[in-house]
Amino acid sequence: MTVDHAPPDISGISQQTLSVSADAPDLEPIASAATRRRSLPRGLRRATGPVLLLALWQLFSSTGLLPSNILAAPSAIARTASGLIADGTLPSAMAVSLQRVTIGLAFGAVAGIGLALLSGLSRLGEDLIDTTVHMLRAVPFIGMIPLFIIWLGIGETPKITLIALGVAFPLYLNVHAGIRSVDDQLIEAGASLGLTRWGLIRHVILPGALPGAMTGLRFSLASAWLALVFGETVNADDGIGFLMNQAREFFRTDIIVVCLLIYSFLGIAADLVVRALERLLLQWRPTFTGR
Amino acid sequence: MATDVHGPLTVPAADAVRIDGLTRSFDGRTVIGGLDLTVAPGEFVALLGRSGCGKSTLLRVLAGLDRDFQGTVLVPRRRAVAFQAPRLMPWKRVWRNVLLGLPDRPPRERAVTALAEVGLEHRADAWPKTLSGGEAQRASLARALVREPDLLLLDEPFGALDALTRIRAQRQVAEVWQRRGCAVLLVTHDVEEAVLLADRVLVMDGGVIAHQAPVDLPRPRDVGDPGFTRLRAELLDRLGVGAPAAAATVTIDAA
Ligand SMILES: Nc1ncnc2c1ncn2[C@@H]1O[C@H](COP(=O)(O)OP(=O)(O)OP(=O)(O)O)[C@@H](O)[C@H]1O
Ligand SMILES: [Mg+2]
Repeated sequence: MTVDHAPPDISGISQQTLSVSADAPDLEPIASAATRRRSLPRGLRRATGPVLLLALWQLFSSTGLLPSNILAAPSAIARTASGLIADGTLPSAMAVSLQRVTIGLAFGAVAGIGLALLSGLSRLGEDLIDTTVHMLRAVPFIGMIPLFIIWLGIGETPKITLIALGVAFPLYLNVHAGIRSVDDQLIEAGASLGLTRWGLIRHVILPGALPGAMTGLRFSLASAWLALVFGETVNADDGIGFLMNQAREFFRTDIIVVCLLIYSFLGIAADLVVRALERLLLQWRPTFTGR
Repeated sequence: MATDVHGPLTVPAADAVRIDGLTRSFDGRTVIGGLDLTVAPGEFVALLGRSGCGKSTLLRVLAGLDRDFQGTVLVPRRRAVAFQAPRLMPWKRVWRNVLLGLPDRPPRERAVTALAEVGLEHRADAWPKTLSGGEAQRASLARALVREPDLLLLDEPFGALDALTRIRAQRQVAEVWQRRGCAVLLVTHDVEEAVLLADRVLVMDGGVIAHQAPVDLPRPRDVGDPGFTRLRAELLDRLGVGAPAAAATVTIDAA
């Protein structure tokens, strides 16, 4: 058999020129990433939101739309803040609060990650632990403050317990989910390479669970600050929450706002630390990073 | 009864693999039914068969990864597998993937040497996500070869490679096989590749080894050799690629 290689009928085509050009698809250029470069660096772009908010706030305060007994002006708050820093009140309060969060975080992380490992790695562990944890998780931990005070007094212990509880649950959930999301094919590959059970845990399961653990860490940090605020405003004689409580009694909205800002800055700082950790530890991840 | 005994004491020196009456079913559907197979030490065996006939399943049983079978399976303790998909650990750089699971923390050079054998030494420090499909497959092959096994199990290891890289990787496998003297079971869809590399070609069908053909051609083999052509035609025939399809090929060639 042969294929017909004769030239096509040109006269026919020339008569159909119009319909041919109608059939041809419209072409569009695909813009290269270089031409789409944004004008602003990302750090600056991220700062625009808060800066705009601050400017508006100052504007409302200066024009008297926002009376200072409702909310102090940013300028007044800056003055108060520098005063509190100068006389050492704020640094010492921050040190106390940071210490509480750190200790609570440490205890909560050990408990949450430990339990997640036990229940994630073995079915026996899961049967024993998982339901129990989910049952306890349903109890709002903030609601347990009165019980903690009765059980543990009003010292550091109830505050740290509260923070540890707030940290443990999100970590447990995400680390457990992370372990269970590890690809079975990779575990099989690891086994075929001669890895022992511990080798599999160390080289396959734990690294695979890391993305989940990082998500858990973010949630648990947010939860830790929340627990700290509650713990310190309900009963404390030092720390940022105490400072805030004291300010309330004297209607010092400026101090209250300073304390709130400190909380939020600490929260942002913690988030930055987690982000840096993620960049370092999860650089292998083939996932979408946003446009 | 599922039996899985391995180790030098229980394998008679005469065989590298011995399978007696292997049966494997998934949810009542028998994929492998009463399969018998013996592979001699140092023998290179190629396994052909249509998609879904149970080749990978057989390989997984031999690798010791699937233990829900019936029958007797004897394999050496030192086995290495290159899977159909590369299965590299995404959180380990390529060279660490190659050395994963080897005893006594071997030095990086060992991985680089193994990677060089498949032409990938320049990617030793890359993350698996940055590898092309063929590169990932070669890294996975290097990971299997570096283990110096007594039984090398390869599941379509050259599937994603271009013609040139494929020839190079085939040579590499042949070289390791000759140097190490290990038994090789190569699953492939490429009849030519099977005849080129193997001492014996198996065709799997209906859950058993339906046909086998020894390849008595001198090495290195030539695709144009009449014996080669005859064997290839015979195997294609066994695989159900009959005369009409062959005729169609000729027609296209002539056009
Ligand atoms: N875990 C499983 N559960 C259920 N069925 C399975 C499972 N694994 C494999 N099978 C089935 O067993 C059959 C054989 O699968 P197998 O992967 O061994 O095929 P194969 O010969 O390697 O095919 P291919 O050439 O396409 O890779 C297929 O029909 C598949 O659907
Ligand atoms: Mg397969």
